[in-house]
Amino acid sequence: MNKPIIRVFAVLLVLFGLLAYFTTRWTVIDRAQLQDNPQNKRELLAQQRIARGSILAASGNVLAQSVRRSDGTYARRYPDNGLFAQAVGYSYLNPGTAGLERFYNGQLTGRTAGFEQTLRKLQGKRQQGNDLHTALDPQAQQVALDQLAGRPGAVVALDPRTGKVKVMASVPSYDPNVLRSAKATSTLNAAPGAPLLNRTTAGLYPPGSTFKVVTAAAALDSGLFQPTSTVNGNNGVLISGVPLNNDGGQSYGQIDLTTALTQSINTVWAQVGERVGKTRMSLYMQRFGFGSPVPVDLPADERLASGDYCTSSGRRRLVVATDSCVDIGRTAMGQDKLLATPLQMAMVASAVANHGILMRPQIATRTVDPDGRTAFENTSQQYSRVMSSATADKLTVMMTKVVQEGTGTAAALTGIDVAGKTGTAERDVANNITQPWFIAFAPAADPQIAIAVTIEQTVGGFGGTDAAPIAKAVMESLLR
Amino acid sequence: MSARNRELLGLLPASLLIVAGFGAVFLQEQAKLGNLSLTYGAIFLGLCLAAHLIIRVRLPDADPYLLPIIAVLASIGLVVIYRLNETLARDQAQWFVVGLIAFAATILLLRDYRVLERYRYLIAAASLFLLLLPRIPGIGQQANGAYLGIGLGPVTFQPAEFAKIGIIIFLASYLRDTRALLVSRKRFGITLPRLKHIGPLLLVWGLAMLMLVFIRDLGSSLMFFGGFLAMLYVATDRLIFPVVGFGLFGLGAWFFANTVGHVADRVSAWQHPFDPKLYEQIGGSYQIAQSLFAQADGGVWGQGFGQALISVGDSPILPAAQTDLIYAVIVNELGLIGGIVLLLIYVLFVERGFRIAVLARDSFSKLLATGLTTVVALQVFVIVGGVTKVIPLTGVTLPFVSYGGSSIVANFVIAALLLLISDRARREARR
Repeated sequence: MNKPIIRVFAVLLVLFGLLAYFTTRWTVIDRAQLQDNPQNKRELLAQQRIARGSILAASGNVLAQSVRRSDGTYARRYPDNGLFAQAVGYSYLNPGTAGLERFYNGQLTGRTAGFEQTLRKLQGKRQQGNDLHTALDPQAQQVALDQLAGRPGAVVALDPRTGKVKVMASVPSYDPNVLRSAKATSTLNAAPGAPLLNRTTAGLYPPGSTFKVVTAAAALDSGLFQPTSTVNGNNGVLISGVPLNNDGGQSYGQIDLTTALTQSINTVWAQVGERVGKTRMSLYMQRFGFGSPVPVDLPADERLASGDYCTSSGRRRLVVATDSCVDIGRTAMGQDKLLATPLQMAMVASAVANHGILMRPQIATRTVDPDGRTAFENTSQQYSRVMSSATADKLTVMMTKVVQEGTGTAAALTGIDVAGKTGTAERDVANNITQPWFIAFAPAADPQIAIAVTIEQTVGGFGGTDAAPIAKAVMESLLR
Repeated sequence: MSARNRELLGLLPASLLIVAGFGAVFLQEQAKLGNLSLTYGAIFLGLCLAAHLIIRVRLPDADPYLLPIIAVLASIGLVVIYRLNETLARDQAQWFVVGLIAFAATILLLRDYRVLERYRYLIAAASLFLLLLPRIPGIGQQANGAYLGIGLGPVTFQPAEFAKIGIIIFLASYLRDTRALLVSRKRFGITLPRLKHIGPLLLVWGLAMLMLVFIRDLGSSLMFFGGFLAMLYVATDRLIFPVVGFGLFGLGAWFFANTVGHVADRVSAWQHPFDPKLYEQIGGSYQIAQSLFAQADGGVWGQGFGQALISVGDSPILPAAQTDLIYAVIVNELGLIGGIVLLLIYVLFVERGFRIAVLARDSFSKLLATGLTTVVALQVFVIVGGVTKVIPLTGVTLPFVSYGGSSIVANFVIAALLLLISDRARREARR
């Protein structure tokens, strides 16, 4: 009977090994993931006793800070009623954390701060978090919010050379200070228009004609087309077997691509898209960042991927452009199943502006420890090389024409060349509901700013009349 | 050195541990490091010495490591519970005394434990009765959907803790008689015992299933049934029995997981601990999620003794920290290292238990030692596995460590039985 006894012992040893493995899993392997779980309030509770670092704008303005209460705990305050509410996020016991507050939680609490913090603890000093410096520009943000004037929509602006995000406006917004009370939190969660949603990174909209910049980049960079190549711009061209109409049913005859972009002629770009083909379109979309959650320093659940969303068996799912459900002609002009986040469209403008190189968008620049030393530096990173520098230059010329003499003249700045592209996505044809868009960068010769603007719904509005003026005002503020 | 002197020496680390542990808690609470911790240590040491003296007189040849291992486990438990709640620790210390009395009584009254064989059906019936007691209206109590306790005046009592001992005694005795019969008949090249021989064993399987339905506790039923299969395998040396047994158990568990609401809740909480709906739901996944969060905070080295965040004001962050989640508290404060060391101590206990089973001369003793040891090991697996999300979390105690009177007393009886078997085996081996 001894052999089976020893075998039973062996089986139990395996079970104990399993226990040891799972303990290791939670304490070591999955540790960070568990600690960053939004349901995990342990650290927040412990953090009531930690002076969390401040979050600062590029100008040094305080966007978030911790205030010491009489009982020795700290509470979070957001000056200016949360100018950058969705980007900065919040850090409270009840709703937990969001935005930069969550993404940089380790730095802000000093948890990931290493040796110096350990030394502080040993000296009996309290744990203190690192300050988070960002590139955010409060003045331009205020302009963006004023311009949106309460209309649901988004404005996002960044420096195409570095990817540093300067404006991240999402309307409707909210005052994060009210999240101190649990009741206000549930009210906000259920509020109409979803004010907690960061529309710049998690709002998915049909990008309309702004997407023609992507199609143009693929057409020119693949060598299949030149800005002077001509395409039949007549109304009612068959795309995927269904006639496609131009705005106002206008026919243009044989027309070159520069003019077709300036006048935003649907039939031309749909045909270009078909000629470029699904494979090439898919490749260029990927290089621009489509198909992956928009790569910015915010928590994963606040970022969505742009691309073609097909519905199969009742579920909407992201597909690559080569999928059989995609109508590539209509995708090429920004309709059909294509959805994009405003930040993704700003990245499109940014890639053209930066001579074909797309930089990874970043909100934070660095963190600074309580003794004034830089604890962490967010260096600029290339996301991809989207197109050749020559292609980007050609596209810049074409987009400059859009603002000089085409659909985007409302974005023109005095003394500064702006390159841009309008978009007017159809949301409800019967009621004439449209979603105006504008993407741009300036100055065209030496781009310092790339921007995307959208308003969720207008009655009969256009990208050129409704979105372009907002972009103009924000760019003016940033380039002043 | 004689076995008893080794045992005496082995008690030293346990007493040092408890003095250091209480000292650490006092320091953390920033109270004065009085002689109170030394007093606690002294009392604990005194109790262990008493147990040692009983063994020295009545069981001079018994295994010398079992008592020190138990003392270390008990001191870890006492210190952690003390750190959670002083009043609970005092209760626990009193239960520790009661447990030692039960330990002494078992050793003194059962000179020859083999008399138990004579009363096996009585013991089996009594155990069954004990198991179903919590479902009797009036005295039965429900906790988290499971029926495990009964209330007797001010004392809550968990009869399943004692029923498990009774059922193992019955099985050891029954299997000793029938083991030859179970393997004697072969059909189609496999061992296929007659129904009248396998019948009572099928009854045990039915019992485990019944526990799932009536007691509604997956953990206890896994523990019972696992112990039973281990004994069946040792008795017959046929792999077919545990294989078929686990298959049947899996089938039953799967069936009830899909039909009995409480079991289904536990299973879905286990599968999706962070699902917001389950997390908010009463009796949902909050406890397991918090357990994992607490362990994550522990890391490799732990946050330090007395550092664990247990509750804020009146609302608990770690529900049932002193019973179900005590392992999570230990990992939070002493880290992965602390958890592994605790598991290793249990491995030592289990190793001693199986050594006793191997040394024992007669089948009944072998089966009894195997059964008792396996049940203790599986109980550790069920609760630590529940806390670490290996299996769905159910409310059994961590032997000798968790807060809980019935558990402490029952486990001391198990220890006494193992020492009784060991004493006889080693004495016979020496001859």
